[in-house]
Amino acid sequence: MTGTAFAPSHAAGELRILQLLSSGGWSLYGLAALILFVLFPLLHLVVPVDSPFHLSDYWITLFGKIMCYAIVALAMDLIWGYTGILSLGHGLFFALGGYSMGMYLMRSIGRDGVYQSDLPDFMVFLDWKKYPWYWSFTDHFWYAAALVILVPGLLAFVFGFFAFRSRIKGVYFSIITQALTYAAMLLFFRNDTGFGGNNGFTDFKRVLGFPITAPTTRMALFTVTAATLLGFLLLARWIVTSKLGRVLTAIRDAESRVMFSGYNPLYFKLFIWTLSAVICGIAGALYVPQVGIINPSEMSPANSIEIAIWTAVGGRGTLVGPVFGAVVVNLGKSWFTKALPEYWLFALGLLFILVTLFLPRGLAGLWLSRKRSP
Amino acid sequence: MNGFIASARVLLLLALAMTASAAAAIDPQLVRDLAFGESDDKIKAIGAVISGGDADALPLLQALLDGNIQTVGTDQVLLVKDDAATDLLTGKAVSPLPENRDDVVVNNRVRKGLGMAIATLKLSAPQREVRLAAARELQDGADEDTLPAISGALAKESDPEIKELLALTQASIQLAAKDKATRLAAIRTLAESSNPATKTLLLGVLERKGGNYVESDPDVRHEAEQSLRAVERKLDAGEMISRVFSGISLGSILLLAAVGLAITYGLMGVINMAHGELIMVGAYATYVVQNLFRKYAPGAFDAYLICAVPVAFVTAALVGMALERSVIRFLYGRPLETLLATWGISLILMQTVRTIFGAQNVQVENPAWMSGGFVAMTSVVLPWSRIAIIAFAALVLALMWLLLARTRLGLFIRAVTQNRGMASCNGVPTPRVDMLAFGLGSGLAGLAGCALSQIGNVGPDLGQSYIVDSFMVVVLGGVGQLAGTVYAALGLGIVNKFLEAWSGAVLAKIAVLVFIIFFIQKRPQGLFALKGRFAEA
Repeated sequence: MTGTAFAPSHAAGELRILQLLSSGGWSLYGLAALILFVLFPLLHLVVPVDSPFHLSDYWITLFGKIMCYAIVALAMDLIWGYTGILSLGHGLFFALGGYSMGMYLMRSIGRDGVYQSDLPDFMVFLDWKKYPWYWSFTDHFWYAAALVILVPGLLAFVFGFFAFRSRIKGVYFSIITQALTYAAMLLFFRNDTGFGGNNGFTDFKRVLGFPITAPTTRMALFTVTAATLLGFLLLARWIVTSKLGRVLTAIRDAESRVMFSGYNPLYFKLFIWTLSAVICGIAGALYVPQVGIINPSEMSPANSIEIAIWTAVGGRGTLVGPVFGAVVVNLGKSWFTKALPEYWLFALGLLFILVTLFLPRGLAGLWLSRKRSP
Repeated sequence: MNGFIASARVLLLLALAMTASAAAAIDPQLVRDLAFGESDDKIKAIGAVISGGDADALPLLQALLDGNIQTVGTDQVLLVKDDAATDLLTGKAVSPLPENRDDVVVNNRVRKGLGMAIATLKLSAPQREVRLAAARELQDGADEDTLPAISGALAKESDPEIKELLALTQASIQLAAKDKATRLAAIRTLAESSNPATKTLLLGVLERKGGNYVESDPDVRHEAEQSLRAVERKLDAGEMISRVFSGISLGSILLLAAVGLAITYGLMGVINMAHGELIMVGAYATYVVQNLFRKYAPGAFDAYLICAVPVAFVTAALVGMALERSVIRFLYGRPLETLLATWGISLILMQTVRTIFGAQNVQVENPAWMSGGFVAMTSVVLPWSRIAIIAFAALVLALMWLLLARTRLGLFIRAVTQNRGMASCNGVPTPRVDMLAFGLGSGLAGLAGCALSQIGNVGPDLGQSYIVDSFMVVVLGGVGQLAGTVYAALGLGIVNKFLEAWSGAVLAKIAVLVFIIFFIQKRPQGLFALKGRFAEA
């Protein structure tokens, strides 16, 4: 996924890839890759457990999780930061990707569940005798992986087609996407829907035959997530610096003028919207094996709005900014919920207000303005 | 407690006195049959009492059932109460009690007959409760002997509930009659009923047991089918009424929740995500007023709601205006950011309430006049609290209309909604109008909270459960005109309730959402868009 998608064989294309980032940008990119691919595995697997430099499971899981969020924030930046469409339903695509992967993970539990049945425990509990039709083939990893892309992608495509065709935009669009994820949450909360109701999927045992809690498996998932994040970062950069990206930005700034210039915004919006949903789905699929649970609360409207605040804190329309925003906000969240749990919502609420009032361009904007006016 | 015992004693004395005097008036032959006869004789005697409708026999039958009748030899029948005894044949008191008393044997068959007889006699009692209890007792186990008594009572009865019970019982007895005409008549009478139990009764007639119909006569079966259809039509109508009612009720709640939202949205082009929390503020304001009344004016507790309405309005309006002044006014022209900022506000409000009142739901009690309901049909009861909320929503709507159409502030609000720039040019103080309109919208949210506290849980998450629905109302109804909000709220409420009955609550919500998405395809600006020429930026 990471390399092939944007590596055309001719020389101009290669040059174009090099031009994606400035030289300083490439150094930072390399540094990030070095930390994620070398430092983290070393500290987790090689450094002995009793050493102060050892990174525990907790941190690996936390960073793995945060990287998934960072991918989501990146997807959000494409649709909101560059195209000006605020989606309050991205949590839905994330969760759908997660559920698709979760189905595979549930089936790889095999007979190791509490009831030692071929079926997942929750189905035994509901007295179901066989898998519903939509669970067919999910025991094959590649089929599940295809679902991870197809389910959020198709939903986003169909929904986006109807929404953009009737030129629903701005606040209307945000509200409709929020209602969409809310309705989906209600649907998944039902036991009869066949996705485990309230509890969702949990108690996974193995992924692709490897035990899911083993340090090496954990590290492998971490590395795959890091690679996906870095890959999508380049892909997103490639898109926003292309002609397509220019049109997207133009749609954000003056949609009517884009239309009058002879472009049909529908297909541009639809493309970036669907892509954004697919990226979210992939992030969700990577999230589930690392965190070990997926349930309908991932689809709650509140979760989706939080995605927007990661992007806003980082700085819209900067790609790197939202990634940092996701990291900063989520580190803050995990610190707050441990140290001062009752104040987290105050902090989050204030963050929403202060960032929109005083930091419209986010942390990235702060960084850029400091660089420009020394 | 003492008073209760005293009055019980008085009643007992009265009963004894009645027993003594009544016993004297009873036909001695009846007493003999009941006391000395075999079971069959007793049953026959009881049957005679039932058909005679002789209310004087009631104490005797009751005493027999209670085991207070004893015989001495073959010539004395005593009514024994504590240590006193009355000879029922002579009507004289007997004391001291003779030694050689025998209990009158009452087997199950006789006991049942006695029960029925007592119930039939009680049907002519003056107290409604006694008659009702008797009618209930007769409902299971009455047989053909009681029929004349029941018919007689039915003719005299005026209470609708008892009448209905009796009619049902009568029909069910007649359904088992040997005479075909009686059965047909009974079935025809049943067609008039709107009681769900009738349906069971008629289905029983049409039942098939082991290949044979329970009812052998095809004419009767045909009639029963017709009656069944008539009853089902009535039951369906009842169900329809209750569904439409709950739809209107949900609609009026949505209306209350959404009307304020529509105003702020129309004015600023921003959906206020904290609107749900302003509803919650209103509900908690009601809770506080309730507690104050309970503490300082328990006598006037039922009036607390009247006082809570303005308090809820003012509290929520003040919170709303403070938010507008401190946050929202800096974000005009940036609708998506406003969306996020108001979400942040909603988080803070929720957490604040959680800190002050705790995360648990709080108890808000209905005033007494709101409990119970209006009985529209036997199967349809419309709760007063819901009716009150519908009326309240209508009142709020009327006031809103007056305010928007007839006052200067309303004129300004409409002007700014239609064209902010032009209104400003004409001297409308738009910042002031923004603040007041936001306060008004928030105050309406507070009123919604006050109403919701009467029918649901009051907790920090109260707002969250209504917010998505009220957004949908605004999206569907469009902005700038109250009519849009009204139609959208009532329409969504009724559609929701009908779909719910058909597909379950969750699928109904999803169906409504899909419907809205398709609807916006046709009318992107909602049901009632403002007419005029606009160019989007």
